[in-house]
Amino acid sequence: MIPGSFSYHRPASVADAVKLLSDLGEDARPLAGGHSLVPMMKLRLATPGHLIDLHGIAALKGISRSGNNLVIGAMTTQHELLASDDVAKAMPILHEAALQIADPQVRYRGTIGGNVANGDPGNDMPALMMTLGATYRLEGAGGARDVAAADFYQGAYFTALEPGEILTSLSIPVPAAGHGYAYEKLKRKVGDYATAAAAVVLTMSGGKVVTCSIGLTNVHETPLLAADAAKAVIGTSLDAATLKKAAAAAEAIMAPAADARGPVEYRKHVGGIMVTRALQRAASVAK
Amino acid sequence: MAKTHVTMKVNGAEVEGLVEPRTLLVHFIRENLQMTGTHIGCETTHCGACTVDIDGMSVKSCTMFAVQAEGSDITTVEGMANADGTLSALQEGFRMMHGLQCGFCTPGMIMRAHRLLKENASPSEQEIRMGISGNICRCTGYQNIVKAIQYAAAKINGVEFREAAE
Repeated sequence: MIPGSFSYHRPASVADAVKLLSDLGEDARPLAGGHSLVPMMKLRLATPGHLIDLHGIAALKGISRSGNNLVIGAMTTQHELLASDDVAKAMPILHEAALQIADPQVRYRGTIGGNVANGDPGNDMPALMMTLGATYRLEGAGGARDVAAADFYQGAYFTALEPGEILTSLSIPVPAAGHGYAYEKLKRKVGDYATAAAAVVLTMSGGKVVTCSIGLTNVHETPLLAADAAKAVIGTSLDAATLKKAAAAAEAIMAPAADARGPVEYRKHVGGIMVTRALQRAASVAK
Repeated sequence: MAKTHVTMKVNGAEVEGLVEPRTLLVHFIRENLQMTGTHIGCETTHCGACTVDIDGMSVKSCTMFAVQAEGSDITTVEGMANADGTLSALQEGFRMMHGLQCGFCTPGMIMRAHRLLKENASPSEQEIRMGISGNICRCTGYQNIVKAIQYAAAKINGVEFREAAE
């Protein structure tokens, strides 16, 4: 399988990349890790006339601390996230989730920016970024703007990115010390997208949940924040009745597609189970 | 479409060629360089048969364009033997432990295991299994591939290889 013909561009700065994107118009696509786009091009489901490879832009790489936030360059790979002590210490759920993305080879190339910007409902990072309250920086010819992850996703492959814009970095608030976390992902095999997955970040005090945020992957055309489910567990000790209520509240907002991963009812059912397991495990690691 | 001149290092030797931007790295390696040890299995980024080592990373060479490898340092399975031509520890492990049957996945398995052992010289069985989870073998059931990598790790670390009781 060979992709259609295209012209290859390798800009050295974000300004050059943005200029290329706006000059070349809709026929141009930015290329990050390429592990979603290149397979699509080989199947001729994507036939861009121009590829703008972002690998030459050093400013898009790296992980740094800015105040209480971790700022991650869009071209930082999943492998680099896994190798980062900053990520492992400040945001272990990011490490846990990155390890469940695809396989080792794909993680050497796949980037966090590509994962969140593509708008693929099967990608793991979007729901996690919503759970963590992350903000994306989008840069275009008109300048830069910040959009909350929670406001970014509009539909499958439809996002707040305007034509000519590139997602350049993510800013993620570091969760409180002693927080509990879990990313529970049910998948058929290594490398598969989630049948359903749930991210939980919570804080506990005296055995009761003080704050909680829950995100859901691949159970809707966009990633979801399960706000009602999170609200249901505040002030509780996550007893059986509460867990049941939270899972039901999460299932109520799920609208998965029926596909090879199972019928709608099954995917909602296991989605509820992922929420339950993530809540229990998050509580067990909270201090 | 105009062709682009690319240069890169493959198994220690500087190589060059003219490629269309859409030429996949695996096609450049197999067709331009005539090095057919790197296999094309699924062509959909799943099977790992095309895995090569690029600048210290295991990469599926069917999912990267040759133009993107400009200036990089690549090792393929042809570069895995010792300098004196004898089998490297990994190759020897695959031979001694019967880590292949049809052999189609073997180049990718060896290239992936090579980077895995560089990053983790003494992996547990579980770490080996997760480490090669991007490589599919349809013959062996992975058992002997895991043993081959354990054999190589032991040899590299200078300790005696002992098969775990089954």
